[in-house]
Amino acid sequence: MAASTLTPSRLHPSDLGRTASVGLRTRKTRAALSALGIMIGIAAMVAVLGLSESSKWDLLAKLDRLGTNLLTVQAGQGIGAGSGQLPEEAAGMVARIAPVEATSSISAVDANVYKTDFIPSGQTGGISVQAVDVNLLETLGGELTAGTFLNEATAAYPTVVLGSVAAARLGIADVAHQPLVWLGDQWFAVVGVLEEFDLSPNLDRAALVGVASAETFLDHEAIPSSIYVRTNPQFVDDVMDVLPATANPQNPEEIEVSRPSDALEAREAASDAFTTLFLGLGAVALLVGGVGIANVMVISVLERRAEIGLRRALGATRRHVAAQFLGEALLLALVGGVGGVLLGVGVTAIYASTQGWAILVPTLAWAGGLAAAIVIGAVAGLYPAMRASRLSPTEALRTT
Amino acid sequence: MTAPALDREAAPLPPGRVLSIRDVTKVYPTEPPVHALAGVSLDVDEGELVAVVGPSGSGKSTLLHVMGTLDRPTSGDVVIAGHSVNALTDRQLSSLRARRIGFVFQQFHLLNGYTALDNVADGLLYSGMRLYDRRERAALALARVGLANRMMHTATKLSGGEKQRVAIARALVGRPAIVLADEPTGNLDSHTSDSIVELIEELNAEGATIVVITHDHEVAGHFPRTISLRDGLIESDALNGSGRR
Ligand SMILES: Nc1ncnc2c1ncn2[C@@H]1O[C@H](COP(=O)(O)OP(=O)(O)OP(=O)(O)O)[C@@H](O)[C@H]1O
Ligand SMILES: [Mg+2]
Repeated sequence: MAASTLTPSRLHPSDLGRTASVGLRTRKTRAALSALGIMIGIAAMVAVLGLSESSKWDLLAKLDRLGTNLLTVQAGQGIGAGSGQLPEEAAGMVARIAPVEATSSISAVDANVYKTDFIPSGQTGGISVQAVDVNLLETLGGELTAGTFLNEATAAYPTVVLGSVAAARLGIADVAHQPLVWLGDQWFAVVGVLEEFDLSPNLDRAALVGVASAETFLDHEAIPSSIYVRTNPQFVDDVMDVLPATANPQNPEEIEVSRPSDALEAREAASDAFTTLFLGLGAVALLVGGVGIANVMVISVLERRAEIGLRRALGATRRHVAAQFLGEALLLALVGGVGGVLLGVGVTAIYASTQGWAILVPTLAWAGGLAAAIVIGAVAGLYPAMRASRLSPTEALRTT
Repeated sequence: MTAPALDREAAPLPPGRVLSIRDVTKVYPTEPPVHALAGVSLDVDEGELVAVVGPSGSGKSTLLHVMGTLDRPTSGDVVIAGHSVNALTDRQLSSLRARRIGFVFQQFHLLNGYTALDNVADGLLYSGMRLYDRRERAALALARVGLANRMMHTATKLSGGEKQRVAIARALVGRPAIVLADEPTGNLDSHTSDSIVELIEELNAEGATIVVITHDHEVAGHFPRTISLRDGLIESDALNGSGRR
């Protein structure tokens, strides 16, 4: 036979895919179990990032709705502080600050509220009574779940609006027939129930009465204890600076000014810390998953020595053998990665919808999850692939 | 298709010669070292059917591995299908096996998850031929070994004899210059074994060049030429019926 030319061994890319998936197709249970670690890790990370994003979006929407331009002015409780009351003229003075758009005062009333007149007065039920301006709801951006808020007319009569927690404690949800509560020494008609306040949770546990009716029926002297202030959003900081001196020119240091939306943001920052923790746990699961795949691949190479020998005899180069096992590790990791992303998105969707949040999974989370899976598969497959390719054909074939 | 870099490695063989090995030794570097082949020379021409016999440990498998480029000789040269093994890289030896050499093993070495058809088609896998064409040729090869009605059976569902037929079809599907079989009947009962020997003779009659290692002197007696190994040396190399080579 004449000297012939040698065309190099070739493995078509589609055939590489087929050979790399032999192990997965013929050992499905093992493949599924070894992909599980990666899947759990990726799912944890995607779900954590998805939930954090969804809740953040919810918070932003809430802040957007409630505004970050609400300020609270209170009499301080520190040393040298007064009676917990603001000067009588404070509300009027504050309203005169130019960027202030609205003010609404509340003052604590020394009275208790009960469902009936039988309960001994020692049991307050934790519900405070507050005399409020009729523009309070508007100033706070609050909502009612039932009935109406106080208005100029009802504020002069023995009527009351209950915060969400107060209403629950008193067992009142329906106000269509204006149920009565025993407030002070008097029956008051409940005309409305409030939704939860995100920006001033203390009002959730309060029974709100009009200033006029408090003075008339409860012997109350309406000197404000807190003033809610809505300002032009562009001048929030400036207003905060001048509020103490405006509210109490004699003792500005007794005045505490706060921005309730800061508390919401702080709560979110705290949940960010948890996000980091869970991301860390997800990363550990990924690492363990990667080690699991490497382990399964090493065993697979040992078990399939005969197959490796056969492939070398059929003309596979070392590189073809390495590519087959590397490809198998990548496929395993990718199966885990795709499963993990789907699971993570599913968990996010289910939890977010129970919370009434928008379902948001950042691209970084799912794309990053898949990328992480690929990298882990490559790293986990490298050593087994090298071992497989270094096996000499005769050594591999000798195993029976 | 030309590959000039490889052309230079081509070693001339007389016309009609497929394989030529010269003074080949193989020493396994164990303690003490094993001289599995102690200086073997032989030629195989196109269309020959050669039996290699010898006691266990005489070096038969080692010889087959060296002839099939699965292992390199410690010294001496192997020229197969016009290429000198000593001049080729590992990748080039792989391509030689992919296109010019077919193997049949005692343990069949079929891929269990695959059908008979795909096992045979894998004989062409590393030639770069596309799956459709591989299967087409595999179907013909399977029909040739009498398994036209078993193509879609997975390997695990085949009998021993059928498995070896599939393996033979896989070795032949690429029309290699030479087929090397290491004890192809070693795992089969005598009846099945006879039918495999018959198949090998038929394929040889159709032109295939085949070297068969066997323990079985009766099998060897069927073949036109028998090489006897002992302790890594050729004890005899004879044409059956006619005189010595
Ligand atoms: N990888 C190896 N390392 C060390 N020694 C080996 C190796 N492979 C084979 N041998 C030794 O080389 C000698 C020849 O082995 P070989 O497998 O070629 O014999 P064989 O004729 O095929 O025997 P059998 O009929 O049992 O298959 C034996 O002594 C064997 O133990
Ligand atoms: Mg042997």
